[in-house]
Amino acid sequence: MSKKKNAAFSYEENTYVPTAEDFVLDLNQDITTDRNYASQGFWKGVFTRFFKNARAVIGLVIIVLIIIFALIGPGLNHYGYSNIVSVVDEETGKEITARSMPPHIPALHKLFTGEDYDDLFAEHTFIFGTDSMGRDLWTRVWYGARVSLLIAFVTIFIDMIVGMSFGLISGFFGGMADNIMQRFVEIANSIPRLVIVGVLATFMTKGIGLVIVALLLTEWIGMSKIARAEMFKIKGQEYIMASRTLGAGNARIIFKDVLPNTIGPIITQMMFSIPTAIFTEAFLSFVGVGIMLPQCSVGSLIEDGFNNITTLPYQILPPILVLAFLMLAFNFVGDGLREALAPRIEDM
Amino acid sequence: MGRYIIKRVIMAVVTLFIITFLLFLLVRIMPGNPFPSERMSDEAIAKKRAEMGLDDPILVQFGNYIAQIVKSGSFGKGSSLYNGAPISSVLPKAMGNSFRIGGIAICFGVFMGLVLGIAAALNRGKFWDVFCTVLSIVGVCIPSYVFMIFLQYFFAYKVTIFPFYFNNRNFLISAIMPALSLSLFSMSTVARFTRNEMVEVMDSDYVLLAESKGMYGTKLTTRHVLRNALIPIVTVIAPLIVDLLTGALVVEKIYGINGIGKLMVDAITGEGIDYNYVLALGILYSALYIGIMLVLDIVYCLLDPRIRVAGNKKKKKKETGTPAAREEAVQA
Repeated sequence: MSKKKNAAFSYEENTYVPTAEDFVLDLNQDITTDRNYASQGFWKGVFTRFFKNARAVIGLVIIVLIIIFALIGPGLNHYGYSNIVSVVDEETGKEITARSMPPHIPALHKLFTGEDYDDLFAEHTFIFGTDSMGRDLWTRVWYGARVSLLIAFVTIFIDMIVGMSFGLISGFFGGMADNIMQRFVEIANSIPRLVIVGVLATFMTKGIGLVIVALLLTEWIGMSKIARAEMFKIKGQEYIMASRTLGAGNARIIFKDVLPNTIGPIITQMMFSIPTAIFTEAFLSFVGVGIMLPQCSVGSLIEDGFNNITTLPYQILPPILVLAFLMLAFNFVGDGLREALAPRIEDM
Repeated sequence: MGRYIIKRVIMAVVTLFIITFLLFLLVRIMPGNPFPSERMSDEAIAKKRAEMGLDDPILVQFGNYIAQIVKSGSFGKGSSLYNGAPISSVLPKAMGNSFRIGGIAICFGVFMGLVLGIAAALNRGKFWDVFCTVLSIVGVCIPSYVFMIFLQYFFAYKVTIFPFYFNNRNFLISAIMPALSLSLFSMSTVARFTRNEMVEVMDSDYVLLAESKGMYGTKLTTRHVLRNALIPIVTVIAPLIVDLLTGALVVEKIYGINGIGKLMVDAITGEGIDYNYVLALGILYSALYIGIMLVLDIVYCLLDPRIRVAGNKKKKKKETGTPAAREEAVQA
């Protein structure tokens, strides 16, 4: 049987001799570029994929808006976050503080009723009202958002550097070093954050410092796990060996060859860590070990509002909405980034 | 298999011991004063310190502390909370309250999460799926205490269906709201995870094969899909229980429950931080955390035959066997 098959494709029967014309390009044919698989830079691809995702874009817009308000919001009026607003009553000569006022916007009031306010604070604008001490809530909410965001960004940035270095080094050297470093991570990971806060509170003064240290001690672990896993994936590849052959040292391979390729998952992890940090700060302040008066953060404002929730429910609304929107937006952006950075085949 | 469990148990005990030592060291060595110094004279403080053995070398103190716990199960006395009542007389009641509410919350959350997730996966793209997606986004993203506050405001203050504060006398009625608000996060996480896991299994080749052999409906779902989809859910329950510990702190503050979370907050926010309470609760929390991880690790191992087989091969077991490793793989 095999003989027959071979005979069918025998070379002797093929008598065609190619001429020079066969090698000329046929320009009459329609030649187009394959746009579907067009080559484009990695980051350009990430950008286009990210901005195609409606949820991610909404999240980004919310974050940018909140950041803008956190930056300029407290400066839009002259109250200041810790000043108690008061006016002197001309009839009695007494000083009256603007305690627990509901939202008080003269322009809107005039628009809807056609009259000015006739109370003592006719000139003042309190968009979110005032708190039970007489401080302007608008200023305090945006100042608090600023504090919360700052804490989150700073701690997560430091955690990223620490966790990433730890994970990359642990993964790169492997063996004994990895074993010891992983036991360390295991122990660090087995202490609940609450316990860390409790122990810290025994020798640190409560306030921003405590929150930052507590976050620094816990959030790097997730980062290091991801960096280690990425290192395991990458370190066996040929280009690392090539780099090694050309004489690159360990530090160069870890931080110049591998690090840039792990940046995607790490940025994603950062995006998910920021809401965790904001939430932790809010939670610690709510419980009473976080930000102390007259400073404020989103969490401490929620606590303030919660104390008066039955009588003055409007006080809790602005900080809670800011917190909820921040968490939602960062989660959306994190999801969007994850999909944009590591697209699956079926999504393309 | 047996070796893995033994190794895991020993690891857990060692970790707990190291953590206990670290906590003890931190609490005792770091600067700070367990006594409200304005109210006590120097001599009184010195006398109290000697009485509590705070002047001994740190290792001796640690040895005494461990011996005390092992021998009599007591964690010493509080220094400022509850007028210095022994901790072991306060703790059980607090633990009872916390565990009952936490237990209801996690059971309810996991059960509802499973039901929702399965409903969503079976009706892909229809109402339940959309509902499940929205719930999981909202539940995961928005902090649970926002819900707690709203629930309390609307259902206990505006409409007085439930009591405003938790009350041990009519436990069932007053536990509903705290447990419900605590369970929301676990419900949404489990729902999302179940749905994704189910969908993945339903798209796999062996389900297609089963279908092509003529299997369909409930039989297919229960025999082939659920069996494989439900195993990984054990891995998400551990972090959920841990989150519950944190959530319990807020719930106990909002609903005025006398639980361990409230005890912890009282110990660190009162005047004169109560070192003994911080230490005892720190050890308790760490032990809980490590214990839960251990139990779920072992359960996971027992449930999934694939891991058991992998565990018998020489070195492989560490990389594929533990839920932690799996989690890493999922994340990667």
